[in-house]
Amino acid sequence: MARVEVTVNGAMREADVEPRTLLVYFLRESLGLTGTNVGCDTSSCGACTVLLDGESIKSCTLLAVQADGREVTTIEGLASNGELHPLQESFHRNHGLQCGYCTPGMIMAAVSYLKENPSPTEEEVRESLEGNLCRCTGYQNIVKSILDAAGQLSGTKA
Amino acid sequence: MATAQKYVGGGVLRKEDPELLTGQADFIDDLTFPGMLWLSVARSPFAHAKITSVDTSAAKAMPGVIAAWSGLDLADEWQGSLPCAWPVTEDIKMPTHWPVAQEEVHHQGEAVAVVVAETRAQAKDAAEAVVADYEQQPVVTDAEEALKEGAPLVHADLGTNKSYTWALSAGDVDKVFSSAPVVVKERYYHPRLIPNAIEPRGAVATTIPSQGEFTLYSATQIPHILKVALTAFTMANMSESKLRVIAPDVGGGFGSKLNVYAEEAMLLAAARRTGRPVKWIEERSENYLSTIQGRDVYQDVELAAAEDGKLLGVRAHLVADMGAYLQLVTPGIPLLGAFLYQGVYTPEAYDFVCTGVFTNKTPTDAYRGAGRPEATYAIERAMDALARRVGKDPVEIRRMNFMRPFMEPTDVISGLKYDSGDYGRQLDRALEIAGYEQLRKEQGARRDAGEVKQLGIGLSTYIEMCGLAPSQVLSALRYAAGGWDSATIRCLPTGKVVVVTGTSPHGQGHVTSWSQIVADALGVAVDDVEVLHGDTAVSPLGMDTYGSRSLAVGGVALHYAAQKILDKARRIAAHELEVSEDDLEYEAPAFSVKGAPDKARTIPEIAFAAWTAHSLPPDTEPGLEATHVYDPGNFTFPAGAHICVVEIDIETGEVRIEKYVAVDDCGNVINPMIVEGQIHGGIAQGIAEAMFEEGVYDENGNLMTSSMTDYLVPSAVELPAFELDRTVTPSSTNPMGVKGIGEAGTIAAPAAVVNAVVDALSYLGVTDIEMPATPERVWRAVRQATGGAA
Repeated sequence: MARVEVTVNGAMREADVEPRTLLVYFLRESLGLTGTNVGCDTSSCGACTVLLDGESIKSCTLLAVQADGREVTTIEGLASNGELHPLQESFHRNHGLQCGYCTPGMIMAAVSYLKENPSPTEEEVRESLEGNLCRCTGYQNIVKSILDAAGQLSGTKA
Repeated sequence: MATAQKYVGGGVLRKEDPELLTGQADFIDDLTFPGMLWLSVARSPFAHAKITSVDTSAAKAMPGVIAAWSGLDLADEWQGSLPCAWPVTEDIKMPTHWPVAQEEVHHQGEAVAVVVAETRAQAKDAAEAVVADYEQQPVVTDAEEALKEGAPLVHADLGTNKSYTWALSAGDVDKVFSSAPVVVKERYYHPRLIPNAIEPRGAVATTIPSQGEFTLYSATQIPHILKVALTAFTMANMSESKLRVIAPDVGGGFGSKLNVYAEEAMLLAAARRTGRPVKWIEERSENYLSTIQGRDVYQDVELAAAEDGKLLGVRAHLVADMGAYLQLVTPGIPLLGAFLYQGVYTPEAYDFVCTGVFTNKTPTDAYRGAGRPEATYAIERAMDALARRVGKDPVEIRRMNFMRPFMEPTDVISGLKYDSGDYGRQLDRALEIAGYEQLRKEQGARRDAGEVKQLGIGLSTYIEMCGLAPSQVLSALRYAAGGWDSATIRCLPTGKVVVVTGTSPHGQGHVTSWSQIVADALGVAVDDVEVLHGDTAVSPLGMDTYGSRSLAVGGVALHYAAQKILDKARRIAAHELEVSEDDLEYEAPAFSVKGAPDKARTIPEIAFAAWTAHSLPPDTEPGLEATHVYDPGNFTFPAGAHICVVEIDIETGEVRIEKYVAVDDCGNVINPMIVEGQIHGGIAQGIAEAMFEEGVYDENGNLMTSSMTDYLVPSAVELPAFELDRTVTPSSTNPMGVKGIGEAGTIAAPAAVVNAVVDALSYLGVTDIEMPATPERVWRAVRQATGGAA
């Protein structure tokens, strides 16, 4: 067993894990944060996307011990003071989700991407989502949601 | 009295979303129970082998392991096979299908042993420690090869690889085909598809041993059917009345969770034997081998026509790959298309034959569209071939053959009665949006200029059928279940409303749409309606969600239940207002006295009066609640016109979708946003079939495309933005005029895409590209057509 200390959604969390434990299972099973989902075993689908030190990563590609001492944000940590994050709002407003299984990963990937590129084109948004698969929406309303949120976020800053 | 807000047809945002957006939803892997064990499955690496021994001793000795069982160890848990509910012919061959193989395995990934342990990792490690010895048997992986004399037998005891032959004929087929001046012959293959719901399957069984009670939580589309099927056919000594099935939040299905799976039976057996909750979560690599797959059908298609292209006859002979076993509705999938090969046209002769064949591959079964993509692809691609033959534009050949607009049930040659349709209007609208004339000019200009990037325009004027019903017709088709569904509306004394539905959504937004229907009928706020579903203890009557049936059956049940509520409410209102029922008029939410609108009772007021029961009319039961079970009198028939525009680099074979226009008609619409979302996702899966996805097995029955890195589920990069519009031709089948939209995109798109690809290359003499139309296939077709000059 290895001791892991990670700041998750702003709070210091610690647990003893088997060294082979993936970050996603540390979040889901040690911490009970089940909003982050697992959709494949080849790091293809992106359902498990979280932020590590502010940047999106697939939490199935990292061991929990590799996150030791670092900061993780999951879908549960995105809303603040009961207010949904603008991306959560825009996914709701634009019907950017159906079954909702890929949604936490999609949103976390978009949070990270919009920090990097606050006013993307549609094509750039599509490219940014290459590592996140959705089987329900044909991506149309996911792309629309992200473009809509980008407008809202840049509007807030201006 | 203020009129209540109307919600149907409006843009109500989904009530399902908040928990899904915040990580608060409960998918199957999010559920955990005190004392819960984990189950893991040891699977066969071989596609066909006799099991000579299964040694679980090493597995049992591993840390945390509670038990390990071979198929023979578990034999007394079953009364029979995993069920097939659609034996399509009397003489169908149906192999025995144990949840865990006992003597022989027939496809790669079939279960040979089961391990239960304290943790996920311990169970997985122990499953890998199971030692099974096999004696390999010859393998057949292609359905046409499997029918040949001397082919290896998938199930030696059946004596043949042919499961069944099912036929449907109408009109004088031989005469029409022998006398027609034009006959086009086409041959199409639909690749094997792997459904890939992003949430893999999974289930948890819990038990109260002293009561013999079980609860099965499963990521399923069909909790109700599962409860009946598991207890009636598979589990030994398990009473249906002591099994509760719950579908928690389910992360997509597309038909792949419309089944009774081995693991669900294993979990109930493991819970019974250990007396503890037991959980299994499918890994994606398992999903590729043990969850049903789709399509894998050969079609020989012939059209007979007059010289001008007037369609006279349709003939379709199918060889459909069942895989190694018949799962819940495996043999019936081709029948869902069997009646639709005339499309939206009016041939006078019709001939359909399908042979279902066993191979050493994962079973096929319902995958989004199920039989109807095959029918649409056959008729819509063949109509383009006919257009080329008689020298007409694809638009012209369709227009001259369309059924005329109709609003009442209308007979078609296959024996169906289409409910309503206006196919020309849909095509006109799609052509207008696409700018068809301009596209043809652009295509001509590029051809004339000999450009490397050529344009292709493909049409698909599809029709499909949803809402499998009535139950009597299903009986005639030898389908074991009914076509009805149920709805309960319960008006609570506080003015809130609870709806209980027999449908089981997994992304379709029923909670929102059902709330809209009830809110409008009763004049309450959409947020005051709570919709309960997916739990057989809460919603005892239901037929679940598949085949685009939920609105056309379950939604209409809701409409009738609301009528029953209003009938009773009217009686109570009349009694309270001391007038006769005829003196009342209803405008949601209130009954008022004609000519005296101030004398009124609202539905919430009546619900309270019905609850106190202080002053009810004679012979009136307290409470304001109604259930209706609706068995539709006919199918519904959504239709539409899709146009795909592709640009093809004839030097590299790369295909790019430039434009995709979809004009769909699903009758009246409850929630346009949800309908559009269904169309988007459906088209994406149809494009995926046409251009990207193919499940490939090698000659030994090894699945070569065994992960998401090998099997190309398209991302946002590969897919275009879709341009949508709709026409509204209300269904004559039900009083709401609704049809269904869950599968339309997947049914329409493959023909539109491949017609576009062939159209782009037709000037070179290319007449066919097999799906998926990969760059390599396109490049080869160009090379072949141009004698290697391209």
